[in-house]
Amino acid sequence: MSLLRPLLLDVIPTIQQTAALALGRLANYNGDLAEAVVKGDILPQLVCSLSEQNRFYKKAAAFVLRAVGKHSPQLAQAIVQCGALEMLVICLEDFDPGVKEAASWAVGYIARHNSELSQAVVDAGAVPLLVLCIQEPEIALKRIAASTLGDISKHSPELAQTVVDAGAIAHLAQMILNPDAKLKRQVLSALSQIAKHSVDLAELVVEAEIFPVVLTCLKDSDEYVKKNGATLIREIAKHTPELSQFIVNAGGVAAVIDCIGSCRGTVRLPGIMMLGYVAAHSENLSMAVIVSKGIPPLCACLIEEHEDHIKAAAAWALGQVGRHTPAHARAVAVANVLPTLLAIYTDTHSSEDLQMKTKKALKNILQKCTYLPALEPLLHDAPPNIMKHIVGQFSKMLPHDSKARRLFVTTGGLKKVQEIKAEPGSLLQEYINTINNCYPEEVVSTTALILMNVCGKFRLSW
Amino acid sequence: MLTSIITFYIFRAVDEDRKIEYKAAVKIQSWFRGCRVRAYLRYLNKMVIFIQKWWRGYRSRRYFSKLVETAYFIMKMNFYNEMAVRIQKRWRGYYVRKYIHNYYALKKYLEAISVNNEIVRSELQDYKEMKENEEKIKDLEKKEKEEKYQARKMHYLLSTEQIAGIYNSPFRKSPDPMELLLRKSKPLSHRQQQTKSPFDYELYDWPTCKRPPTFSTAQPLPPTGRQKPQGPFRDTTEVLRQRYKPLEPTLRVAASINSPLEKAREEMKREEWRNRIHDNEFLPFSSYHKNQKYDPSIHRSGKYGQETYGIKHFREVQPKKWVADKDFQTVLPPIVLFEKFGKTYSRAGQIV
Repeated sequence: MSLLRPLLLDVIPTIQQTAALALGRLANYNGDLAEAVVKGDILPQLVCSLSEQNRFYKKAAAFVLRAVGKHSPQLAQAIVQCGALEMLVICLEDFDPGVKEAASWAVGYIARHNSELSQAVVDAGAVPLLVLCIQEPEIALKRIAASTLGDISKHSPELAQTVVDAGAIAHLAQMILNPDAKLKRQVLSALSQIAKHSVDLAELVVEAEIFPVVLTCLKDSDEYVKKNGATLIREIAKHTPELSQFIVNAGGVAAVIDCIGSCRGTVRLPGIMMLGYVAAHSENLSMAVIVSKGIPPLCACLIEEHEDHIKAAAAWALGQVGRHTPAHARAVAVANVLPTLLAIYTDTHSSEDLQMKTKKALKNILQKCTYLPALEPLLHDAPPNIMKHIVGQFSKMLPHDSKARRLFVTTGGLKKVQEIKAEPGSLLQEYINTINNCYPEEVVSTTALILMNVCGKFRLSW
Repeated sequence: MLTSIITFYIFRAVDEDRKIEYKAAVKIQSWFRGCRVRAYLRYLNKMVIFIQKWWRGYRSRRYFSKLVETAYFIMKMNFYNEMAVRIQKRWRGYYVRKYIHNYYALKKYLEAISVNNEIVRSELQDYKEMKENEEKIKDLEKKEKEEKYQARKMHYLLSTEQIAGIYNSPFRKSPDPMELLLRKSKPLSHRQQQTKSPFDYELYDWPTCKRPPTFSTAQPLPPTGRQKPQGPFRDTTEVLRQRYKPLEPTLRVAASINSPLEKAREEMKREEWRNRIHDNEFLPFSSYHKNQKYDPSIHRSGKYGQETYGIKHFREVQPKKWVADKDFQTVLPPIVLFEKFGKTYSRAGQIV
């Protein structure tokens, strides 16, 4: 480091540039080396000799700053303190697109760490210049500028508002139509960082007329474009029922469901969460999700995926879909989801979060489920806290439906209910009593049951 | 005397009679008077009863009529309430079913959603297919370009009249497609490939050329002397004039949007710059010491930096900086002349 430093002040410009490039590569490789660069007092030298230099030097200097700033917030803070942000802003005003790209990349890495650094970047006046950079014709510059805007706006609503006030949304929305896949990734991610903070920002993003163009991104061949598109739709849908309604009316739910069906792995996660948010707002929206054939892909996710957090998200989404009315719960139960949920809940390999989410989903669906054929298989291997709900549902349904009562006995459900041991006075015992009261005394006694199970088709008069 | 005694006793008897009569008369009178009084009392009683009867009847009739009124009122109110309940029942059922939980509207909405979903899905499918086709076409084009380039490079493999080339074997019925390509292609000259962007580097490095060259289309090119195309087309000069009409922006467009704001800001900046005492940034204490530049003294600074006269010596030796106390171990055989360095007997060397 001490050898490179005097080379930065060399007379020949090529040596300066090469020295700066070397420093940048060193700092890029390792965080400790970057710290050494900072401690060697190199940054002030880079900063102050910049304004009269040519573009190669500017590019190399910006590369050094980027390499130092990417490792940790403290290093980025050191960069800000030595006044490098003003220099980077000057570089952003340069006419050479390579310099602008290097400068905006450095700014992006600085702003990524936390909101104070982002605020420092905004205070240096970088945002309007970045918005201008987005409008440039070079694709690489657009990419970097979009990712920088996303990094600035992701920390807090005020920063996102600053980015929006500079007029970024309109340009970002236009760039969704660009065919370049990496650019689309960054643009979608930037829009979702803006939209996630509040309802007003989400509404502003929607007003930029991104629907239905965003739905074409969900059919892109690049996986991450699909993921970021689904993330954007999710961030918009989660705020209010009106926004979700808007998305449903634009056909967004169908597109997201197809997107879930065609991907594998973590790419599916934002789509699943989006369906969960839409279904959670109101029962009409939940019915819209069901009508758009949303349940089979969610069920497939639950079965196929290996990651626990994706399974947990799918379980949560199914719970939100099925919890509103008996019609919804029936739609969920018919898709044979409940045994899967129960299996995951009782599996010892599942993480705690997954178990909690499946338990909640089961509880929500079971409390409204009146579709008895789906509840039957669950009786046999449910743990006690779930059994309570299942038996409760039976106790509500059986007194009114004679055919169901018959079926209940022939399928061995009554026997199973008898075998449940519950403390007297508990809710479970009350339910069991209610069920037993539906049948005449002889039936309830154990021998009669065993006889019936042995004889099989036993015609009963009730 | 006897007569007096007899008269005494007669008078006494008469007196007794009189007394008896008197008492009887009194009795009779008292009884009669009692009767009269009793009759009178009875009469009074009757009258009183009559009055009381009449009065009580009057009071209770009044009370009863009020009772009847209230009972009637209550009956009426119950009736009205029931009727109102019926009306409200119907109305609320209608209102909820029509506006709040409109089942048919919901059903239609869901059907509309499904239809819309189908449309969206089919459109997206078309879009995807279009993209895939585009990619395929691009790939095909790329391959074709590759093949053509290869053919141009290997143009020498073309078959002549006398000698059949490798792609045109005499045993084949028709020549290979590669042969046909070779026939079609022009031979590749050995010119140097053009550098990708000729304008990127050279121009911008000039100190005077700070802006990229722009080609303004303010003046249209002069028309070539070619045939006027047939048909009712407009005059070319007119078209060109219209097409390349220079922009005449309105004042509102020409001035920047926030020009008063910008001007005010600039004014403020200028004022601040004027009023400042010096331009050095105020540094906080922690970076205070980092700002010091080293001022070399005049005595030892020359045109090319610091002069080392009197400080650095040619044969200077700094024992404190030596790595080890002993001299290095020699591997090669020593050179006699150099062995004497530092080991002279004179004091002037001072190394010993």
